[in-house]
Amino acid sequence: MNQLVKLVILIFLSLGNGTTSSNSVTANAMGTAEEELKVLNFEELQSYLNSKEAKKTYVVNFWATWCAPCVKELPYFEQLNTNYSNADVEVILVSLDFPKHIDSKLKPFLKKNALNSEVILLDDIDSNTWIPKVDKNWSGAIPATIIYNKSRRQFYERSFNYAELETELQQFIK
Amino acid sequence: MKNTIKICLALIAFLALASFTNVGGGHGYHVGDIATDFKLENIDGKMVSMADFKDAKGFIVVFTCNTCPYAVAYEDRVEALNKKYADQGYPVIAIMPNNTDVKPGDNMEAMQARAKAKGFTFPYLMDKGQKIYPQYGATKTPHVYVLQRTKKGPQVKYIGAIDDNYQDASAVNKRYVEDAVDALLQGEDVPVETTRAIGCSIKV
Repeated sequence: MNQLVKLVILIFLSLGNGTTSSNSVTANAMGTAEEELKVLNFEELQSYLNSKEAKKTYVVNFWATWCAPCVKELPYFEQLNTNYSNADVEVILVSLDFPKHIDSKLKPFLKKNALNSEVILLDDIDSNTWIPKVDKNWSGAIPATIIYNKSRRQFYERSFNYAELETELQQFIK
Repeated sequence: MKNTIKICLALIAFLALASFTNVGGGHGYHVGDIATDFKLENIDGKMVSMADFKDAKGFIVVFTCNTCPYAVAYEDRVEALNKKYADQGYPVIAIMPNNTDVKPGDNMEAMQARAKAKGFTFPYLMDKGQKIYPQYGATKTPHVYVLQRTKKGPQVKYIGAIDDNYQDASAVNKRYVEDAVDALLQGEDVPVETTRAIGCSIKV
């Protein structure tokens, strides 16, 4: 009888453990999804536009889910991030989606496309102040991209295909 | 055969690149330049030029479209500008600069439908052949040029954004276009002559 009680308690505990751990897994997964989308103002974004790590080359792409040419070129940035991850290259995708569309448009887009690059939402209405700080020649049209490292910095107000993007990047890492 | 395909691909790539370089910034008007007049088809089928507005003191030329969320966010504000300033001599003229093969949502039928739905009271013109926007140097929608009529022609007085809050019309602090037109109406210098804002690249 004692044995039976022990067994029942054991089963009960293990079930309980199972439930607890699966709960925490779900919570973690949700936590990660939340963490993936940083919402920053321009002042907070600036550290991403100026060498965080001296040995790295950063490719910062300004885009939005509503910008068709941006969405078209996103896979090339993803490909670049994957192919050059061993070469100290990091791609950062700065979304200019409207903050009110984070849950309705941006997050579903990120989930569907499972982007590996870091995505940041820039929420800063004072574009007349921050656009020239990104680059003095930027009119404000997207897509736009900056490639920079410790010794070199280049701004592009244009679209890329993969070959073009790779050609530009190689000037930074040769 | 393979070579032909390769050559074709290279040619396409070259043309694509060339078309992108054309759009690049740095060209177009600066404040003080005399702007070209145009003759473009309006949504009612008639051709419209600045010269048609005999009594205008100037113009608020807005490069805009149906399909860009930033342009859409400003539709009501563009209409409000026309309501406020057309009678004072500064009518709005909206020009849709996109290639409608790339953006069918900006074709003439779609422009007509949008104008009707929103009750636009200003001309909404198609930059057919995309000849006008490169002369102005517009790179995105929305992109505004405030022009003042002078003896030499329509002189560019302001280039840039409508105001400083694309997200919320009720939370705007600086009304750049209104400030520019108000100053011109008062015979004063435009306080802020150029501003920058995010917008959708013009589709070529």
